[in-house]
Amino acid sequence: MSRSPAFPLSADGGRTSGSLLAGFLSSDLPRSKVLTVILLAILLALAATPFLFSGSLPLSTAAKICVFIVLVASYDLLLGYTGIVSFAHTMFFGIGGYGVAITLERFGATWISIATGLFVALFLSALLAIAIGLLSLRVRAIFFSMITLAVASAMAVLASQLSTITGGEDGLSFQLPVELRPAFRLLPEPVLGVAINGRLIAYYLLFFVALLMFLLLLRIVNSPFGRVLQAIRENEFRAEALGYRVVAYRTMASVVSALAATVAGALMALWLRYNGPDTTLSFSIMIDILLMVVIGGMGTMYGSVIGATLFLLAQSYLQVLMDAGSKTLAGIPVLPNLIHPDRWLLWLGALFVISVYAFPGGIVGRLRQAEQ
Amino acid sequence: MTGTTVEPSAPSEPLPRTRTDWLPLLLVPALALLALPLVGSGSTWATLTVAGLAMGMMIFLMASGLTLVFGLMDIINFGHGVFISLGAYASLLVLGPLAGWAQSDSVWLNLALLLFCILAAMGVTGTVGAVFERIIVRPVYGSHLKQILVTMGGLIVAEQAIHAIWGASPIPIPLPATLRGALIIGDVVMERYRLVAVGIGLVVFVGMQLLLNRTRIGLLIRAGVENPEMVEALGYRIRRLFVSVFVAGSALAGLGGVMWAFYRQTLTAGMGMEVMVLVFIVIIIGGLGSVGGCFVGSVLVALVANYVGFIEPKLALISNILVMALVLIWRPQGLFPVARR
Repeated sequence: MSRSPAFPLSADGGRTSGSLLAGFLSSDLPRSKVLTVILLAILLALAATPFLFSGSLPLSTAAKICVFIVLVASYDLLLGYTGIVSFAHTMFFGIGGYGVAITLERFGATWISIATGLFVALFLSALLAIAIGLLSLRVRAIFFSMITLAVASAMAVLASQLSTITGGEDGLSFQLPVELRPAFRLLPEPVLGVAINGRLIAYYLLFFVALLMFLLLLRIVNSPFGRVLQAIRENEFRAEALGYRVVAYRTMASVVSALAATVAGALMALWLRYNGPDTTLSFSIMIDILLMVVIGGMGTMYGSVIGATLFLLAQSYLQVLMDAGSKTLAGIPVLPNLIHPDRWLLWLGALFVISVYAFPGGIVGRLRQAEQ
Repeated sequence: MTGTTVEPSAPSEPLPRTRTDWLPLLLVPALALLALPLVGSGSTWATLTVAGLAMGMMIFLMASGLTLVFGLMDIINFGHGVFISLGAYASLLVLGPLAGWAQSDSVWLNLALLLFCILAAMGVTGTVGAVFERIIVRPVYGSHLKQILVTMGGLIVAEQAIHAIWGASPIPIPLPATLRGALIIGDVVMERYRLVAVGIGLVVFVGMQLLLNRTRIGLLIRAGVENPEMVEALGYRIRRLFVSVFVAGSALAGLGGVMWAFYRQTLTAGMGMEVMVLVFIVIIIGGLGSVGGCFVGSVLVALVANYVGFIEPKLALISNILVMALVLIWRPQGLFPVARR
């Protein structure tokens, strides 16, 4: 872009430059002490999970959090920064997963398979995102939501029907390259009591790719391109009048976000050594992503970190709490049903609605507000 | 408006509009005729066509409320699907006490049962719709982004509430005795229930058209779509009109839900959301806010799905998307673009 928009943008507030950290974070600092502490805690906990907790469940949860941070952050690029609602984000997530799964299953467990699968998946995602964008964003943004919903559901049906390629409802299980298998030992001796095996390498691969993707997305939203997206979100007509081609920018945003979701899908498949409709393609994951973005905070990348972490922890631990509550209330009609562990989504849904009304900035917005 | 041929209307036209855009209307018979040689056998074609029409009517029943609400209020309700589910579950209120009627051999008793189910469903969804409008939708008038988010939230909560009230497992609901099975005329097979669905769909469509175009309320609604401030300035309470249209839209979803539930013969809380994909495709094809477009779109999508499913089953999975893409390439705003929007 040759010039910056002529009007001030909200996210421009805390620009500081100079330090190395600010450079890493694209000068978009958390701008709240509490938020900074929480983010650092999450970062450290994720980085040290294999050494802090034993057993496979904490490690799986941590890996899932890493993947979902990328997925949710890329969705926030669309929803929070560009102001368009897509329901096809899981489709791109699924394409990433299937890309890697299909090549690893067909062409053997090599790094080349992973690269090929990822590359083909990225290409396909970009193509689809452009097609959807041009078909629907020309007219009005609201078409985009409905059309993405339709295309995503058609894609889910296709994935379950083309069972010779995708494994249908059963999905695909596959082997990883030797270096990522649990039996592989990088060091003969355990470090701090933890064996340095392929599983650990896979986790750190996930962790660093996720971190890199997150910083990249942070860079994108703070670039001149990202500023134009925010301008479009705030006032579409004004942005157009200033000479920015709204359709082109929105389509670009949806492509970037689709590519990031594809990478997240590939990471998910690599971690699970499996990909199927339920792990990457289902509509319930789409709803989860929406909840994470809105509760964490739309329009800030840090919101996705908070949202994904909170949601996935709640998924594991809120249900235990609700189970206890449900048992103590047994005997009263309907009430135990409402806090039955399977109904945890009811409460998160209510929190979601309240968030949209009362705290449009989500948790991050709330924390920043409290600071001022 | 698009620059296609616009002809003055004659009194005998099926759609009592002042100006009728003929091209999209001709699309349906043209499609049916085109499919005839491809299908081959005439009786198979007739069977497919009747089945497709019935399917189209059911989709129309579910979609009409949504497009009406959008047309008047510029509200896009992603939670519409839950009213479909809720309507279906509400029919249990009638099916429980009147279980004997379902087993009866009398067609009239069976149809009366269906009617009571529909009335119960419309009552429940209309009431819930009024509450939904007040709590969920009213604070976000004017912002599409927030509407989508908030109504999705409402959908999640309401779906979970259905689980909490009626349980999470699917509930079977059998069709009333005389509505099961098929009528066979010559070689043409027509399921009885589908014929009932065609009847109800036509009644609702004609009723809506008459209400919108021939009554004072309809006049006010159409005026409200064009210019709400002016209607308000003339002394009408536009807010009350909006709420009643939202309630009517929800009740229509409930009606569609009952029909859809009897067709599927099982109840699940997610059934509404599953069919929402089709509903959105249909209202996009028809043009957001156009009831007539919604009708044509429903029939078009259902017929194409049926024909393609017969001729090339593999393609049927994406036939809806293909129809939508083709229509949008032809008319980016849908078949009947609603003026001003």
